[in-house]
Amino acid sequence: MASWQWFHRLGSPKWLSGTIDRWLPWVLSLGTLLLLVGSVWGLAFTSPDYKQGNSFRIIYIHVPTAVVALAAYYVMAVAGAVSIIWRMKVADMVLRAIAPVGAALTFLALITGAIWGKPTWGAYWIWQDARLTSMLLLFFLYLGIMALHDAFQNSASGNRAAAIMSLVGTVNIPIIYKSVDWWSSLHQPATLKFTEESTIATEMLQPLMLAIPGAYLFFIAAVMFQLRVQIARNEKNTQWMAERAAR
Amino acid sequence: MYFNNLSELWTMAGHGPYVWAAYAISFVVLAGLIIIPAKRYRQQLVQISQQQSENK
Repeated sequence: MASWQWFHRLGSPKWLSGTIDRWLPWVLSLGTLLLLVGSVWGLAFTSPDYKQGNSFRIIYIHVPTAVVALAAYYVMAVAGAVSIIWRMKVADMVLRAIAPVGAALTFLALITGAIWGKPTWGAYWIWQDARLTSMLLLFFLYLGIMALHDAFQNSASGNRAAAIMSLVGTVNIPIIYKSVDWWSSLHQPATLKFTEESTIATEMLQPLMLAIPGAYLFFIAAVMFQLRVQIARNEKNTQWMAERAAR
Repeated sequence: MYFNNLSELWTMAGHGPYVWAAYAISFVVLAGLIIIPAKRYRQQLVQISQQQSENK
């Protein structure tokens, strides 16, 4: 059936490889550009926060990395579900490709948050805050999934274990989102809202509106880079991969 | 620019070390996310084409 063609194409590493080559330069350049413009704007041109002073400028890297680190987990879990249900090998490659990128972004959200915490709360880290703890758990989930992949002699078992763990870990995602409302502690609640009026000044919001899509695009580019490595590893004995390498 | 000069931008009224450290770390990690897999992929292609020529 014609309507399912896209799904079968998606399952073809060769097709995926060509698509990555075509899109990667554009996605990477646009993502980097948006991140850079958002950062420079936020660092040098917006006014400081009336309460926090200049330390709030960390928001332009903290929020984009944190938002994408969470979204990445969703995508990874969907890949895990596809891998379990349809045994699609590209889904396993996507899962493997997202895990290190998600781990790096979560690490950045944690570390920039800690640095922001020092001048704002007086402490780099506290264990009593649910947002911080659940985000740390997300970091360990990503690391755990990376470790599971390599923990089995048989790569199919590693893929399956990682896929199951990615699904189990989704429990943590709504907890992270809601943690600032359910257990209000040091971390401030969301000021950026989709369903009601945002409670952040427009001037502060504008650079963020560039940096967040920038982080999404950069994430897609980073996953494409990882995917190429996964594809080359899995398809190294195929004719088309040999032809590609010979070019 | 909000700041009067570059040195004010650098110190940020005392918050400079925090803000710049956060951005510096982010820059390094994000660059690594691109550079490390890009290098690895290039090595893989070299290996595959070497293997190919050995088999011929």
